[in-house]
Amino acid sequence: MEPVLTVEDLSVRISGLHILQGVSFTVAPTGVTVLLGRNGVGKTTTLRAIVGLTPPAGEVRGTIRMGAQSLLARPTHRLVRGGLGYVPEDRCVFAGLTVAENLRLAERRGTSPAYDRVFALFPELDRRGRQRAGSLSGGQQQMLAIGRVLLNDNRLLLVDEPTKGLAPKVVTEVAEVLERVAESVPVLLVEQNLAVVRRLARDAVVLAAGRVAWTGDARELLLETALTKSLLGVGTGEAHRPAGANRAPVAGKDAH
Amino acid sequence: MGTVILLALTGLGLAALYFLVASGLSLVFGLADVLNFAHGLFLGVGAYGTWWAAGNLPGAGPDGFGFVFAVAFGVAAGTLVAILVELVLIRPLYSRTIEQVLVTVGLSLAGVALLQATWGADARPFPRPDWTRQVTGILGAQVPNGGLLLIIAAVLVLGAILAFLRWTRYGLVIRAGVENREMVTALGIDVRKAFTLVFAIGGAAAALAGALGGVYFGTVSPGQGSSLLIFAFIVVVIGGMGSVVGSAYAAVVVGLVQQFVNYYGTSGLGDICVVGLLAVVLLLRPQGIAGKVATA
Repeated sequence: MEPVLTVEDLSVRISGLHILQGVSFTVAPTGVTVLLGRNGVGKTTTLRAIVGLTPPAGEVRGTIRMGAQSLLARPTHRLVRGGLGYVPEDRCVFAGLTVAENLRLAERRGTSPAYDRVFALFPELDRRGRQRAGSLSGGQQQMLAIGRVLLNDNRLLLVDEPTKGLAPKVVTEVAEVLERVAESVPVLLVEQNLAVVRRLARDAVVLAAGRVAWTGDARELLLETALTKSLLGVGTGEAHRPAGANRAPVAGKDAH
Repeated sequence: MGTVILLALTGLGLAALYFLVASGLSLVFGLADVLNFAHGLFLGVGAYGTWWAAGNLPGAGPDGFGFVFAVAFGVAAGTLVAILVELVLIRPLYSRTIEQVLVTVGLSLAGVALLQATWGADARPFPRPDWTRQVTGILGAQVPNGGLLLIIAAVLVLGAILAFLRWTRYGLVIRAGVENREMVTALGIDVRKAFTLVFAIGGAAAALAGALGGVYFGTVSPGQGSSLLIFAFIVVVIGGMGSVVGSAYAAVVVGLVQQFVNYYGTSGLGDICVVGLLAVVLLLRPQGIAGKVATA
């Protein structure tokens, strides 16, 4: 199957720092592809480059394609209208607006917003429509951030650390929602919580020092305790290593 | 008692003038992060547009509907100039703060020079209805009608802007954009249209301030916009960048402090007190009365 997103030789330089250095990977047209790596390796920078949010002082080179369409140099609002949904790190709900206003802002002219879909996943948002988003709990804000994106049909969702800072129960709820969402739209997910990764992800791309260090099957990666520890700096709790893991080391191993 | 009422109402008149200039300035900075030093030019265009229309435009004049028509012409001219400035000069320079400051400062100076070259440097008598030269007795104070007109206009403008921000789609975009402009674009919204709109709103309010300021002072001069802009900036900082309501509160405080201190102290001391108030606010509450919290 053709990938929904192709990133080739992506380099991002911001304020003299070479944050991404020739990153290449693809995102499958179904399921969840997870972007992993230690803090500061360029995961968020990658998502922001895809959605056109690299700071004006930054320099982006390479190729980013959604299907046959090149995404580079196109303004963010056009990319989003073209079906690229983005849920940023730290939610970024509009704290001074109500929940209903946050959702209304995501409506697009000429399309019918899918409130039924959003409220079926997050009934809480329907009940709290008149509440200011800034007064919601972290989990509710995350639901709102995801709900805003699901108001429209998307060809690909970019989701950046959706479980960051959330209570374990809420992490499970968010993972359940993303699992259901991924049944209908492919997701490129940045996630540090390996339990969530194990539950959701089919493919994994591991970044290290601004380069792709590993690509392959996410669950097989997590079964390789030593490799996971060397790439991510954390243990997985898995006791054994599977045979025939689809490992594809690329550049960047020297970073460890 | 009459003196206090008079000082309060003339202070509120001055506050109304500051608010009309500061409201647009605050919205432009809050949404687009543009420190627009050319904002005083919109005021000058509104004042001279009204002055010119009252004497030359068929149907316009210094009285009755003719005066309303002249003010409408001045406001339209100020709005048009604001839109052109945003589209032609500011839009290519978003995210380039130094260049924006240079361009808007240069434009402000060039605008004053252009008005001087066209109509001379001296203040000219402003055509205004006779009733605005008269006073109204309120609780024993004889209050100039020109000041009351400014207060009424500022209250109406405040109500109109708040209604626009609260009830319209673009108002929602502007409120959200003041909080997090990047996230607005990440929801598929072309935020540049909102930039043009806030420039237009700011230009219209400043041009109205120019026209009604002409009524209040009785004259129009090329440097009027620049001198009012200084206090408008102080109002914006005290009120909080991006907050129209904050600007309204701050304008009232600044206008009243100036008027009372200048009367009971020495002339000019009110201006110094306002600058002192600005320093205190910056030290204790850098985001202003109601502005968004500054982030690193």
